Amino acid sequence: MRKNLLFVLVLMVGLIFIGRLFYLQIYDSSYAKLSDNNAIRTVFDYPQRGYIYDRNGVLMVANQPSYDVMVIPRNMKALDTTEFCSLLNLTKEKFISAINRAKRYSPNLPSVVVAQLTKSEFAGLSEKMYKYQGFYIQKRSLRDYQVNHSSNVLGYVSEVNDYTIKMNPEYQMGELIGAAGVEKQYERILRGQKGIKYLQKDNFNRDIGPYKNGAFDVPSQRGTDITLTIDSQLQAYGESLMVNKRGGIVALDPKNGEILALVAAPNYDPALLVGRKRSKNFTKLYYDTIAKPLFDRVLQGEYPPGSPFKTLTALVALEEKVITPSDYVSCYGSYNYGGAKPMGCHEHQTPLSLTGGIAHSCNSYFASAYRKTIDKYPTPQEGIERWRQHLRSFGLGDYLGYDLPAGNKGLIPDADFYNRYYQYPKYRWYTPATISNAIGQGEVLLTPMQMVHFTSVIANRGHFYTPHIIKKIGLTDSIPKRYTTRQNTTIDPKHFDPIIEGMADVYRYGTASKPFIGIPGIEICGKTGTAENYIKLDGKRMQLTDHSVFISFAPKEDPKIALAVFVENGYWGSRWAGRIAGLMTEKYLRDSISRKDMERYVLGGSLMNEYEKPYSGKPFKINQ
Amino acid sequence: MGYTRRNSKIDWWMVGLYTALVCFGWVNIYSASLTEAQSLLDLNEIYGKQLLWILLSVVLIVFILAVESKFYERFSSLIYLFALVALLGLYAFGQTINGATSWYSFGGFSLQPSEFAKTATALALGKFVGDIQTNIKQWQDQWKSILIIGLPALLIIPQPDPGSALVYAAFILPLYREGLNYLFLSFAVALGLLFVGTLLLEVNGMLIVLLVLVMGYLWWQKRNRHRIKWGRLFVTWAMAIGFVYSVNYVFHSVFEQRHRDRINLVLGKAVDSNSIGYNTHQSEIAIGSGRWWGKGWLQGTQTKGNFVPEQHTDYIFSTVGEEWGFMGSTFLIMLFVALILRVLYRAEKQKSIFGRVYGYSVASIIFLHFFVNIGMVIGLLPTVGIPLPLISYGGSGLWGFTILLFIFIKLDSANYVNIS
Repeated sequence: MRKNLLFVLVLMVGLIFIGRLFYLQIYDSSYAKLSDNNAIRTVFDYPQRGYIYDRNGVLMVANQPSYDVMVIPRNMKALDTTEFCSLLNLTKEKFISAINRAKRYSPNLPSVVVAQLTKSEFAGLSEKMYKYQGFYIQKRSLRDYQVNHSSNVLGYVSEVNDYTIKMNPEYQMGELIGAAGVEKQYERILRGQKGIKYLQKDNFNRDIGPYKNGAFDVPSQRGTDITLTIDSQLQAYGESLMVNKRGGIVALDPKNGEILALVAAPNYDPALLVGRKRSKNFTKLYYDTIAKPLFDRVLQGEYPPGSPFKTLTALVALEEKVITPSDYVSCYGSYNYGGAKPMGCHEHQTPLSLTGGIAHSCNSYFASAYRKTIDKYPTPQEGIERWRQHLRSFGLGDYLGYDLPAGNKGLIPDADFYNRYYQYPKYRWYTPATISNAIGQGEVLLTPMQMVHFTSVIANRGHFYTPHIIKKIGLTDSIPKRYTTRQNTTIDPKHFDPIIEGMADVYRYGTASKPFIGIPGIEICGKTGTAENYIKLDGKRMQLTDHSVFISFAPKEDPKIALAVFVENGYWGSRWAGRIAGLMTEKYLRDSISRKDMERYVLGGSLMNEYEKPYSGKPFKINQ
Repeated sequence: MGYTRRNSKIDWWMVGLYTALVCFGWVNIYSASLTEAQSLLDLNEIYGKQLLWILLSVVLIVFILAVESKFYERFSSLIYLFALVALLGLYAFGQTINGATSWYSFGGFSLQPSEFAKTATALALGKFVGDIQTNIKQWQDQWKSILIIGLPALLIIPQPDPGSALVYAAFILPLYREGLNYLFLSFAVALGLLFVGTLLLEVNGMLIVLLVLVMGYLWWQKRNRHRIKWGRLFVTWAMAIGFVYSVNYVFHSVFEQRHRDRINLVLGKAVDSNSIGYNTHQSEIAIGSGRWWGKGWLQGTQTKGNFVPEQHTDYIFSTVGEEWGFMGSTFLIMLFVALILRVLYRAEKQKSIFGRVYGYSVASIIFLHFFVNIGMVIGLLPTVGIPLPLISYGGSGLWGFTILLFIFIKLDSANYVNIS
């Protein structure tokens, strides 16, 4: 028995398999017929892509039908080319080159001859298609955008390229795939599953109905709808505020990490990338290398964060116990750290404690706190590493892990960075060499997304949820666990109180108080920033007008929205970014605008002449 | 002094069957992956890569046969340890392809250590069971051998590659051959029946079935005037009920939807309205359209139309069915049956327990792959992603099975030498 079990098993399985094969191949002839080209036409049944909704259930992206003329070269018979071309509205040369391309791709697989016919073109053509063997019309669904904004969030859909087909055999030539934004990130969910239909043909190659009443058809499965955390109205408002400016706005709900708005400017109408004009429009956007509309400034743009970074400098110093909130620091217009030129500061009262330091954005205060932090350790290398470790616990200096397929790491320099830069150990370097990091200049770089992220950490007093844009998949609320897991930073929650107090003071008597750019009745905590920046143009390094930066959250006691606003070359922080942050806050919390004066100022303002300066070829002045 | 043969004797049956399978496999990979006629050794094309792997296998075979046969037994523990380390290393250095971190990548080629771990496990198991001190009838040794089998499987599951891990179940067969209590096998079969039964009849239906079984047992024992073993009966019964209840939990909470769909489909519980069985359906059409003699090599319209996904790997048998028809696919099945039976036959002839267990393991592993893969492609079993040995595309798989089989051929050849 023991010896024979496997023998018997193997023989039995062999016999069962042969029996099953006999059934499939000989006994049941319907399978055979299905693959017969002359009797049955096999067509793919493409599913509708899932819809995309905003957080309030507003439909943002739907579908429209579209028709492609396809060819399988192997099945082609002699045809009246002239007649067919006139039907297709195509020149003979273009037609022939399309057929040749199809043959090159594969004689057996379908290729697109004419893509995306309009409904009326389709109606005229469909009756006559039977005359042209090997050609057929493939119905697909294209995106139909219900909104004219959020193109950087939604992304776009495009035809799969050869590389993708090679890597993922489930895609075929002419099929569509999400190529950016949410469309790319949630491709698998949105896409659905294609089905197959078998159509019976008569001897004139005309379809006369489903084969065996569709018993063998595999129905397509519609893609799953998704709901985003984006607030469509807020997003639209943000984009209108950013017209004629470059940069971006990100809004987060600090309570759960949901992205409320993700505005990158300049932007484009997502409908531009649908239909027959798609490739022309795409080329135009792609080759605009100065405004770079396809470059997502809020996720990919790495900027010196400027003064908002001072809040982090202070938090690290508090955690390292090198300062206390009640320590006062004097400032007489500059901070002298032994460099060739002291670090400048602007006019404000002196001496200042921590809250005052934040409110007045005193450079000297934070330079000294930073220096104490680094110098607490025996070598500046160890100090920098410690400082970096704290910042890394906020997620800075790395991809944050949000669910959009674009982004950059920013830069939180480590000891090796400076060792290499200063050629250690041949030359030594000390804390003052890195002092600009204290005020968010120097080597530190953050994306606006990272800036709003640390702002929401402050609003939460030390913890955060990974930012994300998915709210619902289908009808269920279940989103990946990594977006609902609370994470902590290395900073003790008690250290956040003086920072938050200081950020509230920014509006009370600090850098956002004269002129007052807050919203009466809403207690906002904010921090202005004016970031120096340089570009290299034709190999020449030149300084441009400062970036206008602002971070905020509100209301102070129960934060519902955190914001980071970045306006390239907008000069000082409260000028553009601060005002925009206030307007966005009120729009989200109250759904109406009371500060019409501020709204007029921002909507009417343009920075286009500022952006043209470096390319004009003429000498220009900055910070005017 | 008896007569000793100088030259070892290689079993040409096994070598011949191996060669036939590999050649037939490549012919079908060529057909399934050909887009346009190009040179055979085009390394950008799948068939070109596979041809290179096949040529390199010849070198590999020469190496395996050149090594002293004692080597494999003596170093089996070391080889096994090395395999475990290679599997562990995937968690640090592995490359992710199609969602599974199962590969090491070297330039353009990647190796899948789980394909080689089977050989290592078979060697280690043979060595352990063949050890003079091991008595597989004792529970300590039973658990140790289960541990040898289970460790690599446990490392493979989270890659995730449940298909490759499932293959390790095959090692139960050689253990059973060596005297493992039949309870293990019947326990496994009972679990399988309870699982499927619960899914088909729901928990309540299954409880009724269990009750009927108990009544039947009592009635039988009474009729034959046997003593009723109440304690055992109660424990078995309680375990069965516990398992039935846990099936629901496992099925609904541990399995993913796609697993549930696949199982429901084969059990006939779900009508395939949501194209869950797309692959299987398409491969059935491809095979069915082959009729008696097939459409001829390179002539398969389903194959050429790319209707069957993964048709050069897991679904290669659909190409065989379409292009070679009932005759060709039956021929392939007979080749497999012949190879497995030949390996079994030679395994029984081994002088050492090591050789016998190893041979049995080889046969069982090839059998499990054969059973699960073809069963899936012709729509008899749920979809499980494991390749058809020696036929499916994949360098690691081909090498893995080549090594597995040829070590046995080497051991077997040395088996003759010892005749004195």
